[in-house]
Amino acid sequence: MTRSRFEGLLCLSLAGALAATTGCGGGASTSSSSNSGSGTGTGTNPSVSNVQPITVNTGPTAGPPLNSPYINGAFTSVTVCIPGSTTSCQTISGILVDTGSSGLRILSSALTAISLPQQTDSNSNPIVECLPFLDGITWGPVETADMTIAGEEAKSLPLQVIGSTTFSTIPATCTSMGTPEDDLAALGANGILGVGSFAQDCGSACTVSGGSNPGLYYTCPNSGCEVTTESLSSQVQNPVVLFATDNNGVIIELPSVTGAETSVSGSIIFGIGTQSNNGLGSATVYTIDPNIGNFTTVFNGTSYGDASYIDSGSNAIYFLDSNATGLPTCTDASYWYCPTTTQNLSATNQGFGNGASGSVNFVVGNADTLTVLETTGAANGLAGPNSGSFDWGLPFFFGRNVYTAIEGKDTPAGAGPYWAY
Amino acid sequence: MLTLPFPLFASLGGEASSVEADQAKMQGTLRITSGDLYNIQEIQTSTGVTVKEYVSSAGKVFAVTWQGPFHPDLRQVLGSYFEEYAQAVQAQRASRRGRGPLLIQHSGLVVQISGHLRSFLGKAYAPQMMPAGVQVEEIR
Repeated sequence: MTRSRFEGLLCLSLAGALAATTGCGGGASTSSSSNSGSGTGTGTNPSVSNVQPITVNTGPTAGPPLNSPYINGAFTSVTVCIPGSTTSCQTISGILVDTGSSGLRILSSALTAISLPQQTDSNSNPIVECLPFLDGITWGPVETADMTIAGEEAKSLPLQVIGSTTFSTIPATCTSMGTPEDDLAALGANGILGVGSFAQDCGSACTVSGGSNPGLYYTCPNSGCEVTTESLSSQVQNPVVLFATDNNGVIIELPSVTGAETSVSGSIIFGIGTQSNNGLGSATVYTIDPNIGNFTTVFNGTSYGDASYIDSGSNAIYFLDSNATGLPTCTDASYWYCPTTTQNLSATNQGFGNGASGSVNFVVGNADTLTVLETTGAANGLAGPNSGSFDWGLPFFFGRNVYTAIEGKDTPAGAGPYWAY
Repeated sequence: MLTLPFPLFASLGGEASSVEADQAKMQGTLRITSGDLYNIQEIQTSTGVTVKEYVSSAGKVFAVTWQGPFHPDLRQVLGSYFEEYAQAVQAQRASRRGRGPLLIQHSGLVVQISGHLRSFLGKAYAPQMMPAGVQVEEIR
């Protein structure tokens, strides 16, 4: 833990020194491929390293000039290369690990060492994406890279480059879905690694034209951007599904956290039941609604059906409201709970259709106390309201190994999508 | 993508007569549920989002909820409140120290957005416009 904490600090200071452009270990580098002799993805492949370190700390926004520390963000680094090259590469740190979305998104301000090829449509016009998150949208071109993380490689991965100056005008139809998160201050990270339960970010809705197309993909000739269709294989997608092996899901392993800590270290492990280090063990499998990616949480006898989810990209456990929980919100921050003493609570999660049911014990602390120090990067007990739903954010992962199985992918417990812990 | 020549009409805070315009803009179907204190006008958009507009007996839209795989057109749904929403979002990002569901609680505007891509839940209301006797819990 001490060593990792030191690395985290070193990483932050480097990022500050480099004006947060390339981050820790950034710059052009040569990546050595360990992807030797990988097969079709069936069976085990012990030769591939599938463990990537993650750190929960105050992230790339903590240092100057922003001085805006993150709390409960799980950060890692990825290496992206020009497709086919092993030398034109950049490693980018401060990437948020997000099981609540699918696809790799990198700030253009962090992708400085290489220029990746632009994805184009059949008329050679560039494809640009508008991706809606909860609290805003990301806008930017779809580009292609060979991505490596641990020993895994996603070849020719479509990803989104956020905030590119080449496409600085955001269509009104995009900003009508939310406010842009197109720089480090707004995004809170150098990028987002979406390793959720869906294979693509949009799915089939974006493959058809007409009024049912939600307008996430645009074709952008010089005359201006218009909504277009995008095939599943061209969509920004979960990099894990493109791995040669270990491509059916991920496990996030983080240690227990008591109260507020500066930093904690853990791992993201690729594959479920594909190697000796990623078996399900005694974890319970909770299937999730394959259309909308939710399951059910029961609290105080009330069932919040098909509306709850596990999301490492949310920085607290956001659930219900003061009416349903009896917990007061903070006087200065209505988005967090502030009980006078730490509350030990319990809820029950239920799988979507597989009959699995299990109780979850969790704590809700006083958010004012937990966040009083700007150096705090990890806080168990941080929670806030989210009327009608449970968003099991990063504190849920503390002290649990949480499995996210990808839709349609076979695992020893059956096909995804599911969560297990 | 079909583009209709309708202007953006205010929803939240707007006149109920805008509901028909909203329906046309969202290329959806309309269902009206009548109550003592308010009516609910439910629009199904072409992208699969259910938008409910709560209309007081005075004909004002005092609350809006939505549920679906994507966001609805928030400029359309929030109407004249959209700018207040947009500015509050940016302020909240830094103060909350991270990403997550949105909860804006101003004296004149409350906005909650939860979920993730393919499953969003949203709620917006103007507390000062709520008819007497209507509880916040009824807005869902």
